[in-house]
Parts: sequence; C-alpha cells; structure tokens
Amino acid sequence: MAVSVPRVGYPHWLAQVSHALNSLLLSSRSARRLLALVLFFGIWQILCVIDFDFFINFQFVPSPVEVFKATLTFFTESPWVHFRSSISRVLWGYAAASGLGVLLGIMIGWFVVAEDLLMPPLELLRPIPAVAWIPLAILMFPNAESGMIFITFVGAFFPVLISTINGVESTLSDTVLIRVGQCLGAKPWHIFKDIVVPGSLPSIASGLVIGMGNAWFCLVTAEILAGRYGIGYITWESYVVSNYPPIVMGMLLIGLMGAFSSWAVSRAMEALMPWRVIKKQGSV
Amino acid sequence: MMMTQLEQLQTTKGAVQVEGLSVTFRNRGHETHVLDSIQLGIRPGEFVCLLGPSGCGKSTLLNVVAGFIKPTAGYVMVDQAPIMRPGADRGFVFQQYSLLPWKTAFQNIELGLKIRGMAKGDRTELVHDYLNRVGLYKHRNSYPHQMSGGMQQRASIVRALVNSPSVLLMDEPFAALDAQTRHMMQELLLNIWDDLKTTVIFVTHDIEEAIFLGDRICIMGVQPGHIKAELPVGLRRPRHFDDTLSAEFVNLHRQVFECIREETMKSMEGCL
Repeated sequence: MAVSVPRVGYPHWLAQVSHALNSLLLSSRSARRLLALVLFFGIWQILCVIDFDFFINFQFVPSPVEVFKATLTFFTESPWVHFRSSISRVLWGYAAASGLGVLLGIMIGWFVVAEDLLMPPLELLRPIPAVAWIPLAILMFPNAESGMIFITFVGAFFPVLISTINGVESTLSDTVLIRVGQCLGAKPWHIFKDIVVPGSLPSIASGLVIGMGNAWFCLVTAEILAGRYGIGYITWESYVVSNYPPIVMGMLLIGLMGAFSSWAVSRAMEALMPWRVIKKQGSV
Repeated sequence: MMMTQLEQLQTTKGAVQVEGLSVTFRNRGHETHVLDSIQLGIRPGEFVCLLGPSGCGKSTLLNVVAGFIKPTAGYVMVDQAPIMRPGADRGFVFQQYSLLPWKTAFQNIELGLKIRGMAKGDRTELVHDYLNRVGLYKHRNSYPHQMSGGMQQRASIVRALVNSPSVLLMDEPFAALDAQTRHMMQELLLNIWDDLKTTVIFVTHDIEEAIFLGDRICIMGVQPGHIKAELPVGLRRPRHFDDTLSAEFVNLHRQVFECIREETMKSMEGCL
C-alpha cells in the first residue's frame, strides 16, 4: 500500500519542475557538459557587462558577444589559410615528437645503457620552455616554417618521452607479468613485444594525449616567428596592434582545436586497447 | 598406440630433486633465513602439496624450483638437470590473476606455443582442445576482465599445461576464489592431472585442499622454513568431494592440524 504524504507549503508543480530539471541535468552526461559550457560563457558575459573590477579587472576584457562578432568577421575573410598553416605546423611537430618520444622512451626504459647515455642531456633540456627556444630556432633552422615546427615539437616531445619511460619501467616492475613470460620460455624479445609494449601502452597513450595538447599550447609561441598566417600569429598580431577581441578568439580557437585533437588521439588510443575497462565513480 | 607412448613419456619425466637447499634474503644488511637445508625428492607424476603457515617459505621454495629465485646454498634438479633460470618445462600458476590483460583467453594460452615456434594450425588445434577440456571454448575470445576469477584461473592452468611441462608449479592458485568455485576447481584440476599425470607441486595453507589433492603432504615449519613432516595420503583415486567426509580424511585432517598448529603458534609469537 502506497501512502501519499501531503507536503504543506511546497507546490506540486515546483516539485515536478525540479524533478524534470534533475533528471535532465544530472542523468544525461551530455546535458551536464553543455550546462558547464553555458555557465562558463554566461558568467564571463555577466562579469564583462557589470565591469567587474575586484583584484581582477574585466573592464578591458572582450565579452563573449564581442568575441563572437570578431569570429564572424574572421570567418568571412578567408580563414582557412590560417587554419591550414597552424594545423600543418602542429601535426608535423607532433608527428616528429611522438615518433621520437616513443622510440627514445622505450629505449631508455628498456636498456640501462640508453638511459645512461640519453637521460642526462634530456633532463637538462626538459625544463626549458618553448619560448626560450625562439632565438635558437631562428638561428638553427633554414626557414621560419621549420623553426615553428621545431617549437611545437619541443612542446609535445617531453610528455611523450617521460610517459613512455614511466610506462615501460612500471611494466618491468610488475614481477608477476614478467615471471609469466619467463615461465612460458619467453626470450627478452618476447617479453618486450608481448608484455612490455602492450603493458606500457596506457601510459604512452596518456603521454600522446598530453603531448597533443602541448603542441597546440606552443602554437602562439611558434607563430611569433610567422610572417603572415596562422591562428597563433593572428593572436599575437592582434595583441601587438591592441585589437583585443581577436586575441580571445585566437585563444579559444586554439583551445578548441587542441581539445578536439587531444580527444581524437585519446579515442584512437582507446581503439588500440580494447582490453581496458574504466569504471569511474558515478558512471553508468 | 600414440596415446600410450605419450602417457609413458609423461610418467617418466618430471622427477624433482631438492638437495640441501637454503635461501637467505639480504635486505639493507639484515639477513633473513627463509629456507634451511631443504631435502625433498618427488617422483615423476606425483602430486605433492606444500602446506604450512604463512612465512614458512613454501612459496619461496616453489619460486626456487621455478627459477625465479636463486638458492643461497644447495640446488634443485628437474630430471637430473640443475635449475638455472625459469623455463617452459616448469609451468607456473600464480596466486594472483595473471593472464595478460591485453590478450584474449586463446591468445594467452597460445603464447607459450608461439614462443616455441609451433605452426599456427597445430597450435590452434591444441589450444582449442585444452579450452574444451576446461569448458572455456566459448570464452576463447574473451579478455581477462570479461572472465570470472575461476575462469581466469582455469585459463592460467591451461596456459601452463599446454606447453606439456615436466612439472606444474602452483602457488595457492585457488586462494582468491570463493569456496564453491574452489571445490569445483580442485576437482577439475584432479581430472586434468589424471589425464596428463604431470608432476605437480601445489602450495597451499588450506589443510583440506592439501589432503583432497595430494599424494603426499609436506608440512613446513617456520623460523627458518624447513620440512617438518611428510605424510602420504592413502585416499583412493579418483577422488570426489564426498571423500572429504570419510573417516580416513577426517583422521588425516586431525593429524595434519596438530602438526601445523604448533608452527602457526610459533609464527604468531610476538603478535599475541
């Protein structure tokens, strides 16, 4: 027998609305994600409209609406050459960084001699930020294009390298996995191929995702070298000429493309690892 | 004809000789004597259980036979050949679920044969045969995370056996399973062993398990690990779960219990 308890002072329709909101916002993950974005832009717009100025000053910050207008203008004036230049720089830099990072990372993780010979100079170079490489990139490379690719390479290389080394070393430290191979008669080559490489793949994948983000991260730095084209170039150029909305537009476009390409890399890596199950708190 | 030859081959290989084996671990200048002059001979095809409280070195002894740990003194020989390193002639079933997570049941079991260089057709046939024996054929394309604990351990046992090892080394393989599954696994193991007659060294701390499975039980003592007593198990084979209720079984259980209790008390000294 169901007993309905009348609630005093709480209108029925309000309960229905809150229930509907609840089920819409909390049950659907895409709705929650959309809500996060709406809140982000909404709060930003409000802060601009009220000229928020308490320690952080929003008076000179372009509002989302202004940025949107700048974006419309940008898209009416042949934007594709900028996209093309930036994407090709990032992809070349990233391809070189991920190839070399995974290769060196596996060697350093697997061979003691490789670790001794390669790690000291790499550790020395690792903390140097991409922007500090600009003068050398100008001096070392035959043209601006290869210099820019080098800067994005610097950004992506170290996360890939370090994650790969960690992945290999943590797989090697898993005594049971290594012993499984040994008592099946595995030679070092089999242990490498069948245990160490797949075992370090999750870690390599996270390095590749972070590296992809970092390559975009370094794009503005790289395109300081650029002559005419590139999203990072527009961002930097707008700052030089004090035209603020395109700066934020450039930032957001870089953020968007960085997020999309990181997502693409992480999906590609997931497809390589069908054996993985990830159960989070609150996931269905 | 073929089968009888194979059986003969199986029963003549797998003699294990442990001679004056001592193992000492050194950790930051501190020495721990884990095993002290172990002497043990195992016949080809014999099922021996190493039983003892935790800390008696039973797993260490098994790891030395496997070649994972080097003895400090003494040696282990399998079929007159001294053990230098791990090898496929000594199959190992681990206590933890140890299937490679990135390989399916089939691929896990196939790995040893692949390493040995067996042709693809032959290996598929052999692996399928073994998968059928343990009722995993329809799960052959499952990844370990899609399999229950019992299924994973069945696959692990088959992964070791498919290489036709001289000795099968098992380190508390059923300890993580629930009681029902454990009993099923014990019976299943005896069935396979009955067919193959591989020498088995089975480490456990479960008295009932040791009596149910073994031809002989080696009870190990602590501080340092040594073999305290050896008891033959006279129960008829094939064994069934009902046998655990027989007077013979219960008597043996009491005997073993008395013997092991003393050691457990010793190993718990200082804790109580």
